[in-house]
Amino acid sequence: MATEARRDVVVLEARAERAEGGWRPAVRAASLAGVVVAWELATRLGGIPAVFLPPPTAVAAELLGMATGGELWRSLQASLVRIVLGFLLGTGAGVVVGTVAAVSPLAEAVVDPLIAATYPIPKIALLPLLVLWLGIGEASKVAVIAIGAFFPVAVGTMAGIRGTDPQLVRAAVSLGASPFQVVTKVRLPASLPVMFAGFRLAAGMSLLLVVSAEMIAAATGIGFTILHAGDLMQTSKLLAAIVVLSALGVLSTWGLQALERKVVRGRPH
Amino acid sequence: MQVRFESVHKTYRRRDGTEVPALAGVDLAVASSEFVSLVGPSGCGKSTLLLIAAGLLPPTSGRVVFEGDAGGRPRTAVVFQEFALFPWRTVLDNVAFGLEVRGVGRAERLERAAALVRQVGLSGFESRYPHELSGGMRQRVGIARALCVDPAVLLMDEPLSALDAQTRQLLQEDILRLWETTRKTVLYVTHNIQEAVFLSDRVVVMSRRPGRVREVLSVPFPRPRTEALLADPEFGRFCHRIWSSLKEEARAALEETHGDGSPA
Repeated sequence: MATEARRDVVVLEARAERAEGGWRPAVRAASLAGVVVAWELATRLGGIPAVFLPPPTAVAAELLGMATGGELWRSLQASLVRIVLGFLLGTGAGVVVGTVAAVSPLAEAVVDPLIAATYPIPKIALLPLLVLWLGIGEASKVAVIAIGAFFPVAVGTMAGIRGTDPQLVRAAVSLGASPFQVVTKVRLPASLPVMFAGFRLAAGMSLLLVVSAEMIAAATGIGFTILHAGDLMQTSKLLAAIVVLSALGVLSTWGLQALERKVVRGRPH
Repeated sequence: MQVRFESVHKTYRRRDGTEVPALAGVDLAVASSEFVSLVGPSGCGKSTLLLIAAGLLPPTSGRVVFEGDAGGRPRTAVVFQEFALFPWRTVLDNVAFGLEVRGVGRAERLERAAALVRQVGLSGFESRYPHELSGGMRQRVGIARALCVDPAVLLMDEPLSALDAQTRQLLQEDILRLWETTRKTVLYVTHNIQEAVFLSDRVVVMSRRPGRVREVLSVPFPRPRTEALLADPEFGRFCHRIWSSLKEEARAALEETHGDGSPA
């Protein structure tokens, strides 16, 4: 055995740890800016006709013109009234129906099959029926949005209330809470995070449905503006309206997140 | 207040219709101001017995009798193994919950809750949320919450099992100190023999499932007790005496319960 024993020495030394992901915000901003710049260059230098794709600067100018001329605010107001009314009606009904169905076995037996059968229907398909019932005015558009907003909230609320940690319910009952108090003081607050997931889906649904409804049966609103601009080949106006929609979507998400941070307390976010 | 279990049976029914007996006739009396621990192999139904006493679970047959004047106080309050704190409520609002659902006015309930938060050593943490606290602190909140309704009988379901060894030791002493000042009737479920002996007046050894009372031992060590008791050879001998009683049950239970996931 002539092999010599080898001594390996491994030293793990201190080294400066770099903050991870510090580059992220910059890349995120650059990603958006890069697309806008590329788009601008492609339209200015690439010879793409403005009627197919106007440059971002032209879209911005159009947006500014719509804002100063008042057209933007008129259509924004028309759409927002429909969205807000429909969203509030739909989510409000969703919370109430979801809660009752989760708490009462009878209500559950009544509501569950109805929801299962109607949930998969694309809600916009109901618009002609709603117009027949409620007329071509605001009511039918608000109703279709309310129906769209109802389902995710009802389903989310039901899941949240049924899924409440049974230990928390036990704790509340052992401390003297009535069945009603168990719902209001334990099951509902415990369900808030799931309910907010429903609210976010409902907000997206509202935006989708307002545009669809306005394209089918309206003379005002962002959806109408888009369709009308398309018909007249006013492409920059069409794109300006789409930018407004994108902003609405982002703002509603931020708004709901801010509300959730305020309302959903005591949990790491 | 005195608690008497009179041939309490509990049988769980599984989804497939088979019946699992959890308790097979428990007879036990806990005297007023007595601290009684239940020890037994896992799955012996000791937690089930506690839930029955709490009114959270009906017995299949038999009954639990509470005797004595509660003086308008609630009969029982429970301290849970997994704390079961409301995560959206602050420490103070968790402790005040029992008074809140009983309709006690805001000012009064917060005052009483604050006094209990102080008593369990959590001053300064009143407006924290449970997720900001350590396990030991959370269970202090759990104990304060149960004591806040001033129950005639305090039911504790393995309150220290979810904690690490050192925290458990510290809380054990806190529970002893709290009990010696309040002298409440306590029924305490644990699988830790030292803990049971250290805290209790009597230790009830339960058989394996279906649970019944196998043996009841009076703890001979005088009060007030201190942690020095834990180093006393007599203490070790007494614990070992209980372990001998428990061992064969625990071993048999271990062999029987393979693959059986019915509730404890």
